[in-house]
Amino acid sequence: MTWEIVIGLEVHAQLSTSSKIFCGASTAFGAEPNTQADAVSIALPGVLPVLNKGAVERAIRFGLAVGAHIAPRSVFARKNYFYPDLPKGYQISQFDLPVVGNGQVVIHVPASGKAEAYEKVVRLTRAHLEEDAGKSLHEDFHGMTGIDLNRAGTPLLEIVSEPDMRSADEAVAYAKALHTLVQWIGICDGNMQEGSFRCDVNVSVRRPGAPLGTRREIKNLNSFKFMQQAIDYEVQWQVDTLVNGGAIHQATVLFNPDTGETRSMRSKEEAHDYRYFPDPDLLPLDISEEWKEQIRATLPELPQAKQARYVNELGLSAYDASILTASREMAGFFETALHILLPSPQSSPASGRGSERENQSSISAKLCANWIMGEVNAQLNRDGLDMTQCPISAQQLGGILQRIADNTISNSGAKEVFRAMWVEGGEADAIIEAKGLKQVSDSGAIEALVDEIIAANADKVTEYRSGKDKLFGFFVGIAMKASKGKANPAQLNEVLKRKLAG
Amino acid sequence: MINASIKQLSAALAAKTISSVELTQLYLDRIAALNPALNAYITTDAETSLAQARAADGRIARAEASPLTGIPIAQKDIFCAKGWLTTCGSKMLHNFVSPYDAHVIARFNDAGAVNLGKTNMDEFAMGSSNETSHYGPVKNPWDQARVPGGSSGGSACAIAARLCAAATGTDTGGSIRQPAALCGISGLKPTYGVVSRYGMIAFASSLDQAGPMGRSAEDLALLLNAMAGFDERDSTSLQRDKEDYARDLAKPLNGLRIGLPKEFFAEGLSGDVAQAVEAAIAEYRKLGATVVEISLPNSKLSVPVYYVLAPAEASSNLSRFDGVRYGYRAPDYTDLADMYEKSRAQGFGAEVKRRIMIGTYVLSHGYYDAYYLQAQKIRRLIAQDFTEAFRQCDVIMGPTAPSTAFELGEKGDDPVQMYLSDIYTIAVNLAGLPGMSIPCGFGSNNMPVGLQIIGNYFGEARMLNAAHQYQLATDWHSRAPQL
Repeated sequence: MTWEIVIGLEVHAQLSTSSKIFCGASTAFGAEPNTQADAVSIALPGVLPVLNKGAVERAIRFGLAVGAHIAPRSVFARKNYFYPDLPKGYQISQFDLPVVGNGQVVIHVPASGKAEAYEKVVRLTRAHLEEDAGKSLHEDFHGMTGIDLNRAGTPLLEIVSEPDMRSADEAVAYAKALHTLVQWIGICDGNMQEGSFRCDVNVSVRRPGAPLGTRREIKNLNSFKFMQQAIDYEVQWQVDTLVNGGAIHQATVLFNPDTGETRSMRSKEEAHDYRYFPDPDLLPLDISEEWKEQIRATLPELPQAKQARYVNELGLSAYDASILTASREMAGFFETALHILLPSPQSSPASGRGSERENQSSISAKLCANWIMGEVNAQLNRDGLDMTQCPISAQQLGGILQRIADNTISNSGAKEVFRAMWVEGGEADAIIEAKGLKQVSDSGAIEALVDEIIAANADKVTEYRSGKDKLFGFFVGIAMKASKGKANPAQLNEVLKRKLAG
Repeated sequence: MINASIKQLSAALAAKTISSVELTQLYLDRIAALNPALNAYITTDAETSLAQARAADGRIARAEASPLTGIPIAQKDIFCAKGWLTTCGSKMLHNFVSPYDAHVIARFNDAGAVNLGKTNMDEFAMGSSNETSHYGPVKNPWDQARVPGGSSGGSACAIAARLCAAATGTDTGGSIRQPAALCGISGLKPTYGVVSRYGMIAFASSLDQAGPMGRSAEDLALLLNAMAGFDERDSTSLQRDKEDYARDLAKPLNGLRIGLPKEFFAEGLSGDVAQAVEAAIAEYRKLGATVVEISLPNSKLSVPVYYVLAPAEASSNLSRFDGVRYGYRAPDYTDLADMYEKSRAQGFGAEVKRRIMIGTYVLSHGYYDAYYLQAQKIRRLIAQDFTEAFRQCDVIMGPTAPSTAFELGEKGDDPVQMYLSDIYTIAVNLAGLPGMSIPCGFGSNNMPVGLQIIGNYFGEARMLNAAHQYQLATDWHSRAPQL
C-alpha cells in the first residue's frame, strides 16, 4: 500500500527595510551584540511601537506578486509568551486579520528519476507582518545565557501555504520559487545563512483518499538541502510509526543536520496559550486602493510572466525560460545582452516582416541563452561567483555575441575572447583585434586557399572523388589550420564542397 | 506665595519678586518638613531641581520664558524621566533609573518648568486609594487617617498640601479625577490621544491618558497647553492643530446646557456628596446655564467592562517586567522559569497580581469571546450613550466619586468596594472622552467633594471655561488643609 505525503509551509522572510518594524534601530546583520537595540528594542518601560511603512509596502508588494487579496484593514495582535529574547513578553504579529490573504505561486518541479518535470499551483493561505525576536546565546557565558537583542523587532513576513504539496521535491520547489520571488520583487535579501529566509514545514502522511493525518511541524530549516533531508526522514519516521501500529501526535520537531534526524521539541499538550488580542498601542492598518495601485505600478515583470514571454515571443524552451528567470539578475543579464543583438527585443514583432524578425529574434535569443546558461554559468560556478559579481557585463557579452552573429569570429574564437575578457576585461572588438581572431570571410582568399590545398593533396582529392566522403573532414582540418583558424567555417565548407566536386 | 496661581507665580518670576531657585527651595523645604508624614513623594532630588531652577532663572533673565518657566511641578512616578528613579510605585522598578524622558517630561523641560520630584502612586496605577504603593500609602492632607484617592494620590496630596505648584497625573479609570476630588484640587483627563503616552509606563494602553492636576482650572489650561500635542512616537497620539486651552476661560456661561445623568444620582451616592454637587449645579444655573436630565443606560456596566479590558491589557503590558533586563530580579532561583516566577511573585504587589490573573484569564483560549470580546462590544455601547447624550447638552456634570475620602485600610479587604470608587469616572475612559474634577464643597466629615465635568471629544476648552467661571464665583478651590 502506498502513502500520500501532505506538506504545507510557513516561511519567515525578513523584509529588507533598513530599520526595524516598530522603531528606528538598524536591521544590519552582524553588528556587535545589543548595539542595535534601542529603547523600544529592549522594551524599556513606557516605550511604544510605531509601524514602519516600508515593511507594509513590502507586504503589499508580495501580496500583489502572488495575486492575493490585500486587506483594506488588518490588525496587529499581541502573541503573549515569556522568553528572555522576547523583551516585551509578547510578539507583535497579526492574527485573525492578516494583511495578505489567498494568493498562489506556480512551482516548477524538476524531473526526478522516471518522473518528468511538471508545473503545479500552490495556494497561499495568508501572509502577515510580525517582528522577530532576539537571540539567546548559550555558549561562552560560563553556564549563563547571553541575550542579543539586535534582531528583536526585525520585520518579518510570515507566508503560510495550504497543505498542497505532495512530496519533498514539491516542497523544495515551492520554497525555491518563493525564495526567488521575494528577492525578485526586492522585499527580502534571501540570505538563508543569515536567517533572512527560514522555513517551517508541516508534514503528515495518509492513505490516498483518507482524511488528513496528524501533522508534525519541522521548525527553522535554513537550507533547501536540509529541507529535503528533514522531510525525507520525517516521512519515513511517520510511515514506520503508523505501520508499526503507532500513532502520530501533533508536535513541533527540530531537524539535526549532523544526524539527519528530526527530534520532538514540544508536544501539543505543552503548546502555549498565546492569548492573542489586538495590540492597543497600534491603530488598525488601513491600506487604501491608491497606495496599493502605486505599489503595483512599481512591480517588475514577474518570473512567471517573463517565462511565458520568453517561450511565446522568443521561442525559447520552457526549461531555458525557467533557468533564465532563476533570478532577476539573470533575467536582466539575458535581456540586456539580447538587446545588444536585437534593437528592441521587448516589443512584439512589427507587422509586415514579422515572421522574419520573429525568426531572427528566436535565433538571437537561443544564442544568448546558450551562452549565459553555458559559458557564463560555468565560469561563474568555477569562480564561486553569483550573477551580480560577474566580471563580464551583459553589454560586454552582447558585444561578443554580435561578432558571432555577424560572422566576424567563429564560436571557438568567441570562447577565446570570452576567456580573455573574463580575466582582463575590455571590449570584444579590441580583443578580437589584439588576438587576431577575425575570421577570413573574403571569398577570394578562401578560394585561393582551397585551390592550394587541392593542388598539394592530389591523391586525397582522387580518393575523395572516388567516393571516400569521410575525407571531407580532413580537408576542413588542414584548411582551417592553414588559415590559422580564421577562415569562416560556413564559407570554407561551401567552397571546399564545390571545388572538391570538381 | 504657596497659594499663588501659576499665572501669579509667572508674573512674580518675571518681575523678579522671587527667583525660581527661591521658589523651588521654598517647596523643597516644605517637602522636607511635611513629606515624611504625607508620603506624597517617592523621590526628590534637590540638586537636580535647583539646577533646573537656576537654568529657568537664566531663561527668565534673558526674557526667553514661557508661561511655565521656573514653575516647580511634581511628576507622577509613572513618567520616565532621564536620570530619575522611576518606580511606578512598584518594587519591580525599585532600582530603575530611566535613561530617557517621557514626552510629557520633555514638554515640561522644554517649557523650563522645574521637576520637584516624583510623586507616589498606586503600584502601576492600579488602585483608588494609593494603598497599593510599594512605598507606603499617601495620606490625605485634610485628614491623615484618610486616603488621598488613587492612583495619582501623591500628586493630588502634593498639590493640596502646597508641596508643589502643580503636578501631572494619569487617568485610566479615574486616577486623576478621583484623587483630585478626594484632596480638594482640580484635575483634568484629556480626550484619549491628546497627550502622548510615550514614556508613560503603560497600565491599560487603550484607556491610559496623562493630564494636569492643579489648584485651579486656569492652572490646568496652562499645564495642558504644555502637555498636549501630536507625538509621532505614540501611534494613538492625535494629529490636530495646536490649540490654546485657555482661550475660552473668560466666556460667560449663558446658554451652557448641562446634562445630569440620572444614573449618577441614584443608589450608591452618599448624601453629603449629592448635596454638594446639587449646590454646585444651582450655582451654574445662577451663572446662566440650563440643566437637562440625560440618561447613560449602559454606564452601570462600565465597572465590569473596565475590569475585563484594563486587566487584559495590563496582563500583557506588564509582561516586560521579567527580571531579565532591568528592575527587580529574585536573588535565588534554580532555572529560567523559576527566575520568572520568583521575580514576578516578589516584585509585584497583591493588587497587580490580582489584575494580571484576571487579565490572563479573560484572554485565555475559550474565554476570550465571552469576556474580552463581549466587553469590547459593551464598551462601544457605553460610548454611544455619551454620543446620544451630547445631542442634548454641552457638558455633563455629576459627582466625581460616590463618597468623600474613606479611611486608610477601610476598603483594603474588599477589592470590589474599592473598584466602585471609580463608578462615575470609568465610563469616560471607556468612551475616550475628556473629564475633569473640581472642588465643590465639603462632606459631613469635612472632607472635600469633587464635581465631575465631562466634555465631548476635544471639549477641553469648554470644560475649562465652565470650571473657571465656577471658580470665579466660588472659593472651594482656594481652601487649603491645616498642616
